[in-house]
Formats: sequence, structure tokens, C-alpha cells
Amino acid sequence: MKHTWTLSKMRLRLAMRNRTFLFFSLVMPLFFLFLYAVVFARGKPEAVAYLLGPVLALTVMGSFWGLSMQLVTFREQGILRRFQLTPVGPGAMLGSSIVANYFLSIPTVVIEFLICRWVFHMATWGNLWQVFCMVSIGAATFSAFGLIVASVTNNMQETQVINNVIWFAFLFFSGATLPLMVMPAWIQRFALFLPATYLVTGLQGSIMRTATTRDIAGDVFVLAAGMVFAFEISRQLFRWEPEAKVPGRAKVWVAVAMVPFLLLGVWENFRGQSLNKIRRDFQTFERQAGPDSQH
Amino acid sequence: MAEGVIQVENLVKSYGSVEALRGVSFAVAEGEVFGLLGPNGAGKTTTVEILEGLRNPDRGQVRVCGMDPQKAGDDFKQRVGAVLQSTSLPDKLRVEEALTLFSHFYRRRRDPAELLRRFQLEEKRHAFYSELSGGQKQRLALALALANDPSVLFLDEPTAGLDPQVRREIYTIIEELKKEKKTLLLTTHYIEEAERLCDRVAIIDSGRLIALGTPHELKQRSGSTTRIQVRLAHAEEDGALRQLEGVTDCRELDGSMVMHSTRPPQTIVALVKHLEAQGNELQSLEIASPSLEDVFIELTGRRLRD
Repeated sequence: MKHTWTLSKMRLRLAMRNRTFLFFSLVMPLFFLFLYAVVFARGKPEAVAYLLGPVLALTVMGSFWGLSMQLVTFREQGILRRFQLTPVGPGAMLGSSIVANYFLSIPTVVIEFLICRWVFHMATWGNLWQVFCMVSIGAATFSAFGLIVASVTNNMQETQVINNVIWFAFLFFSGATLPLMVMPAWIQRFALFLPATYLVTGLQGSIMRTATTRDIAGDVFVLAAGMVFAFEISRQLFRWEPEAKVPGRAKVWVAVAMVPFLLLGVWENFRGQSLNKIRRDFQTFERQAGPDSQH
Repeated sequence: MAEGVIQVENLVKSYGSVEALRGVSFAVAEGEVFGLLGPNGAGKTTTVEILEGLRNPDRGQVRVCGMDPQKAGDDFKQRVGAVLQSTSLPDKLRVEEALTLFSHFYRRRRDPAELLRRFQLEEKRHAFYSELSGGQKQRLALALALANDPSVLFLDEPTAGLDPQVRREIYTIIEELKKEKKTLLLTTHYIEEAERLCDRVAIIDSGRLIALGTPHELKQRSGSTTRIQVRLAHAEEDGALRQLEGVTDCRELDGSMVMHSTRPPQTIVALVKHLEAQGNELQSLEIASPSLEDVFIELTGRRLRD
């Protein structure tokens, strides 16, 4: 744990000195917030409360992108091989990514919340305890997904391609940009297999106070299971050396990280409760934002 | 296997069809500075990286401080330091932060401020890694290698690519480490480096250890010959020069003829007579004791830089 914390402090410092990182982790999420609040919610406080969930989810999920790129860069530049000579193990190196990312995500989340309350006059703080749990587990889980991408890709180009594919799915099929209820039925069913969907709906339900503790506990459990799987697989496939290539068959192990979401997707498609909740929250938003509101 | 802080026995390593090491064995005593000398691709870095625990050998055994680098884990890493041939640090990491960071990883550690002083990095303590020159980066790499005050240090081509002045600065640092009785294993393809710094040198070529001894012993192995290098107005058959009195070997090297002679005065007289008879002229003549380069040429027929 000592090495993890030592490395986390270094990663935090490096991130704060990286303008690109600051742009994507602070400026971009705030741009999304204003876009959603002003254009989609038309500044109506109740509608802003509905859209804050997806905005927070985008902020939290964004970590997955930056972490995979940073780790691959460290490997390609031979930085990781220098650390291999020290008593630092793969667990500490990967763990520091998650810890640093968590502490980097929280300030943006807090700023977004405060802007919604004070600038857009959002009436509720929501269930802050639930929001905290969802943000925390979301940041850790999507960081771990970033690490697994870094572990199974051999160079920056490959990482960018895989990141784009995953990010596209998370962005457009989870309700983070377009509400699932305006999507075709098959996309709604597909969305139930994506971890991003549970983060978006969990945050939405927590802010709008429509999610029960049991609902949130379920989302947290599945995201946590995904994180544990992703972290352990990343640790097993971790490579210090730039020239060490991951064998093709090892990439199949990535599917294991998705097992909790596959099971949950099957269960939720069978049960249908998640889609009912998503529909209910969307109808509330439509009433509050006005009849011609389009997200 | 001989007793030593570093012990290597019959090391074999291949990368696909390329045999990088073909049965290398040697031992390094405590406090000794041991050099692996050889051209690029000889197997030096592979040997060192196996000793550092970064690579697995295909066959053979290595022990460092009585430990197997692959299996000993944390205990091993606490006791060794290393400068890798190709490595880096994050661009936006400051010099002082890097030293503090690395010293935190170890139970036994040196004061980062003392390392900054010793490696003349005090003025650069707040500089980002990306702002350092090649020599400063290498001094920082050496300082980081000492962060845990190791008893064994591996230096893989510590002066490669540096200008002569910086190289001499690094030599001075290595000589200080030698005085501290650190056990050092360094790889190099610089003859000057091996002759100046190493107590013993192993010459390695194409994955095989072809000679081992003190620089003096290795040069003696050249048969106590003297090196005579001549530049002639017109090219000469080396076969003809080899017939001169006292000459044991003669090769063409960068447009000069290099002869090894057991009787230098007689060889020079015979050379002058021969050139007069041939109508040739002597443009320059250098006489020197044989260097490790000569030993390498004698053993392999090639120069170290070929």
C-alpha cells in the first residue's frame, strides 16, 4: 500500500502539470455540463437535475481513456522498465492509477454539482451518499477498464482504436448522451449489458431521489465486481517492457471482466425493471423540460 | 562455480532464432569493478538484464548476493542498483522529486539532498526531466541507482552517446564508487572505459565469452608484442609486411597497416629497408603497447565498433 500511495502522489503531480489532461478532465466536462443544462434542459432546474447524472457519468468515465493512454506511453517510453528495477510491483503501479484518477475526478464532480445548484438553481442535492458511492465506484471501475485496455494493447495506435470503439459504445448506448428512451428497443436491450448504463442510471436515480438503496447497492455491486475482474486481469497481463507483446489469446481474458455485466444484462433483459425505471425518470424529465424538449 | 557476489554459469538465451548468449560463465568478487567488453549485439545487455532480474535465461544459473534475481523478489531489489541502457522518466517529473520518489521505495536509502550534491544536480533540482541534457540525465540515472545505497551496481553502457567531457565526469563518479568498495558490473564498447575503470574485463562476442582477465593480463596475452601502426604512400600487401623480422601479425585497419612485433627495433629497420626496395614511402609511424582493442582484433579478426 505504501508504494501505491507514493506512486499515486507522483501521478497526481504529473497530471496537474499536464495541460491536455487538465483540459479533458476539467474543461471538457464543464463544457458538457453547460451544453446539457443550457441547450437540452433549457436552464430548467428540474431538467438539469435529470441531466446532471449523465454529465457526472461522462466525467467519471473519461478516466478510462486517459489512464490507458498514459500507461501505454509510460511503457513505450521505457519509463515502466525503470520502475521494474525497484520493489514496486504491477499491483502498486496499477493501483496508483486508480487512486490518482479518483482524486482527480472528485473536484470536477464537486464543481459540476455546485454549478448546478448555484448557477442553474437545481432544487435538490439528491441523495449525496448514493451519489458519492456511485461516483467512487464508477471512477474506480472505469479506471480499471482503462488499465485492461493498456494491458492488452501493444502500442499507442492499437490503444486509440480500442478506446474509440469502447468509448463510442459507452457514450451513445448508455444514456450518457442520448436518453435510452429515444433509442430503438434493441439498443435499449443492448444497453443493459454495458457498465456505463448502470453508472448513468444509478447517478440519475441518486440525484432525482428515485433510486432505492437496494437499486444503488445492486449497481455498486456489479460495477465493483467488474472493477475487481478488470484489475486482476490487468495485473496478470501487466508488462513493464516496451518490446514485450501480449499474445493474441490473452486478449480473450478481457471478456472475463465483462462477465458481471453480461450476467446482469441477461437478468435485466429478462426482468425488465431497469428499463421501467429509466422510462419513468425520462418521463419525469420530459414533463419538467417541456413537451417539445429534445435531449 | 567460483565464489563471488555475482556468479554466472553457462548462461544461454535466445530471441527466436537469434542466439544472444551461448554459455557465458564468470564470477565477480565483492568490491570488484568488472567490465563486459564487446561490440553491439555481443550479448552484454542480455547478460546484465538477466542479472538484474529483467529477463529469464533459457538455461544456466545466475546468483547475485547469493540470490536468484528471478525468484528473490523484494530482498534482491533492495540490494542492487542499476543504470539501464534504454530507459526514461516522466517528462514533467522534477529531478528532486525523482530522487525522493525512488528513495521511498527502499528500506535502506540515501539522502536525496546528498545525492543531488554528489552528482552536481543541485542547480537542476527543480528542473523537469525533459529539460535535462544527456549528461545530466545520465548523472540522474546514476543517482537513482544509488537511492538504496546498493552493494551491487549494474551499469549498462553508462557513457554511451555522451560527449568525451561528460564521459570523463561519469568515469570520475565510477572511480568514487570503486573507492567505496561497491561491486560494479559495467558493460561498454569503449576500450578506454574498460582499461581505466575495470579490475577485470570479460571480452564477449556473438554471445560467447572469449577472454577474461585484468586489462594487463589480457594485453599480455597478446604475446608481449608491441603495436606498430604505419601509414604508407602506396598500399602494401600485408603478407609482405608479415615476413618482416619480429612481426607476429599484420592487418589493414582504416587505411593503415597495424603490425604486432616481438622485436620492434629490428622490425622498424626491416620495414624501412623493405619500403626503400619497393619504392614506397613511410607517411607516419606510431608505436604503442597493445590495447584491449588489439586483443579483441586478435581474437575475432574484427574491430569492436564493426
